[in-house]
Amino acid sequence: MNVVIKPRLPIAVRAIVGAALAVVFLYVIPFVIPNYLVSQFATVLVFAIAIVGINLVTGFGGAITLGHAAFVALGSYTTAILVVRYGWNPYATIPVSAALSWVAGWCLGFPALRLQGLYLALGTLVLSITVPPVLKRFEGFTGGVQGLNVGNPEAPAFLPIDDSQWIYFVSLAVAAVLYVIARRILSGPLRRALVAARDNQLVGAVMGVDRATLTTATFAMSSLYAGVAGSLYAMIVGFVSPDTFNVMMSLSLFVGAVVGGITSLNGAIVGAMFIQFVPVWASDIDVSLGGLVFGCALILTLVAIPAGIGGLSERLFIRARLGWVEGASAKRSVVAPVGSAQNEPA
Amino acid sequence: MTLFASQIVDGLADGAIYASLALALVFSYRSTGIVNFAQGEMAMLSAYLVWQLMAWGLPLIPAVLVSIVVSFIAGTLLYASIVKPLSHASLLTVVSVLIGLYLALNSLAGFIWTYTIKPLPSLFPKAHLQFGSFSVSAETAGIIVVVGLVLLLLYLLFETTKVGLAMRGAASTPDSAVLVGVSVPVMLLIGWGIAAALGALSGILVAPRVFLNPTMMFGVIIYAFAAATLGGFDSIVGAVVGGLLVGVVENLVGTYVPWIGPDLKIIVALVLIFGTLLIKPDGLFGRKKVVRL
Amino acid sequence: MSLLSLRQIRAGYDARSVLHDIELDVEERQIQVVLGANGAGKTTLLRAISGTIARQGTIMFGGMPIDRLSARKIVAAGIAHVPQGRGTFADLTVDENIRLGAYLRTVAEARQDRERWLTFFPRLRERLSQQAGSLSGGEQQMLAITRALMLRPRLLLLDEPSLGLAPIITQGLFRTLAAIREETGMTMLIVEQSANLALEVADSGVVLESGQIVLRDSAQSLAGNDEVRRIYLGYE
Repeated sequence: MNVVIKPRLPIAVRAIVGAALAVVFLYVIPFVIPNYLVSQFATVLVFAIAIVGINLVTGFGGAITLGHAAFVALGSYTTAILVVRYGWNPYATIPVSAALSWVAGWCLGFPALRLQGLYLALGTLVLSITVPPVLKRFEGFTGGVQGLNVGNPEAPAFLPIDDSQWIYFVSLAVAAVLYVIARRILSGPLRRALVAARDNQLVGAVMGVDRATLTTATFAMSSLYAGVAGSLYAMIVGFVSPDTFNVMMSLSLFVGAVVGGITSLNGAIVGAMFIQFVPVWASDIDVSLGGLVFGCALILTLVAIPAGIGGLSERLFIRARLGWVEGASAKRSVVAPVGSAQNEPA
Repeated sequence: MTLFASQIVDGLADGAIYASLALALVFSYRSTGIVNFAQGEMAMLSAYLVWQLMAWGLPLIPAVLVSIVVSFIAGTLLYASIVKPLSHASLLTVVSVLIGLYLALNSLAGFIWTYTIKPLPSLFPKAHLQFGSFSVSAETAGIIVVVGLVLLLLYLLFETTKVGLAMRGAASTPDSAVLVGVSVPVMLLIGWGIAAALGALSGILVAPRVFLNPTMMFGVIIYAFAAATLGGFDSIVGAVVGGLLVGVVENLVGTYVPWIGPDLKIIVALVLIFGTLLIKPDGLFGRKKVVRL
Repeated sequence: MSLLSLRQIRAGYDARSVLHDIELDVEERQIQVVLGANGAGKTTLLRAISGTIARQGTIMFGGMPIDRLSARKIVAAGIAHVPQGRGTFADLTVDENIRLGAYLRTVAEARQDRERWLTFFPRLRERLSQQAGSLSGGEQQMLAITRALMLRPRLLLLDEPSLGLAPIITQGLFRTLAAIREETGMTMLIVEQSANLALEVADSGVVLESGQIVLRDSAQSLAGNDEVRRIYLGYE
């Protein structure tokens, strides 16, 4: 079992890093870079939220999910339908999306009690393949293939910013809140229970960790993250259509989670940038290159830096702090190993 | 009644294709405990290979045979280069690598052959066979016969040959297989080769019906997953029965349940998978798994 | 010269060493028994010989060094290992188990040998088409031994054949083993924990304690040795 006391960086370093991040996220991204990129960065934040959800359920819950786009779709369509059909205020739909996805996650997490490792991956993958046809089928409600036009929320008149900057700040605020909540979840006794149940189900059971309930709760929580991400996504894009939420989105989010570091919450933003920008750049060269790069990135990450980019940079910080020798021993405790994320395939 | 009967027969033909891909999944699962998420994409590449060989001037049947042999070799290479080195890796690593492979192979097909659909000729003539008042297309009958023959070959391999017996032994109790002189890695290698060849067969049978394109196996692999889950991931008989059942149920539901219809047939797969996993997680024919300390 | 000789054998699991400098000779046509308590290293000893575990030292078999060969090559060289817990192929039929035992030999040889061994274990003949997993413990042990014999080995390693069997069954089993040795002259190395029955059929024996051989003698003297009687044979 890995009970982790995370070595802390000195306050000065933390302050500098924090300030730098604040400048980047509060000033550089919304005000300096070209405007069309701002809404792309809003999407990055949305992906990061969904990836944090995957970090929770896969990295710490040990349950592999390949179907998170299903919950993103649920959130997106909740917002779209409430706004378009019932005239709701878009922001008011966020809690509804959150609640609905949480419930859906709980219902689907219930099978997760019974599904071991591979089967859960398989089930969630199939779930995400099923989403677009289902959305298309219930046309009267979802708008079918045409999708639904949500429209972009407008910036309040008293603020000197445009719509894309506004939605960026909204996303940033939501992402920050959800990040802090995830940190909280993972800093208490819950983390120990999760890791115990993940690394050895029998040991977990002996320690009195009710793995089933824990897995379901984690799954529900991660679905909530995906649902909220979906709500914001609908507002950023201003439009929802079934084929957006295809299996590719699910797999992209999974790629982002692994590349960023499956147990690294900070890595989520790196993974999100990866899946937002790499396909765009790659398809400038060739339309098929995106998938190729994703596939290779996934394999290479696992071979070269199993902790992911986020995990790696966290380690480097610790090394810089503790010195190389101590860092080498500290590295084991920084990131709970993904090593035994599941019981071995039977 | 005739509609019903022809739905059943069509379902059996679809089911035969699902069964061959489900068998491919079962073979790799039985030997190494891994569900090969990239199996469908490998099958898609095999079908493209047939097209490519024909574009280079080979007739259809030789092209198909070459493609199946090449697929067998590719399967063994996949085992030797990726699966075997991962035999002690965590499940997350294995799943991630296979998903990576899936993405890469899918794009590779698009990269080489573009995303424009291409026709692949059918192995069977466009004729109809007439049995009294009941007629069935040569393709439907042909698919059932071909898959049936392949199943017979597999049966003979496993029941009557020494290698087949050794493969079953290696999958059942590897530790003991070593003690009678069986080379377990070689048996697993052959298992992955056979899996790839079976996948190739399914791809080659599907392609003429849906046109060649990089996403053509999406609609097949999901039913193959359902078939393997329903039959039990470690059961060869289960994969066949599961495949046929899924094919028939899918066709009947698509025809007779208007609420679902042909567009939403895919939900059959989802329901079957979750239903099986909840009610009988080991499938109809699967062995019970024991949690070992 | 001995059929099998071990010199300075060390073996263990991962970092933990279980056997320390084992020296052991098994003579041709003999039944030798290895006695020892739980955890003394008996199973590890057999595994070191059959190559299913990493080991250091010299193992000569029929004048040939086998300590660097893989488990499969050692099988081919003529050492058959009946593992603890029998290790039958549970999903395969009894007949398939037996045929798989002859994997390294021709089909004709296999057919001939099968008849021969089935005369020693007539119970198996009645169950040829049954799944091995459905057999009783004693029948599974017979099957495991038959499977090993199908290799036509020069040396048979048996790991606690009596485990989980009623004494009466064990007795029958050892008598059959003795009969097989009588008829074929096959050499056997048998590991046992409860050893009075084993000593009845054995020629010689060694006692293993904490990974070292602490006593070696003829089976008769071992059976008469007070300490052995007290610790391993259950006499007070």
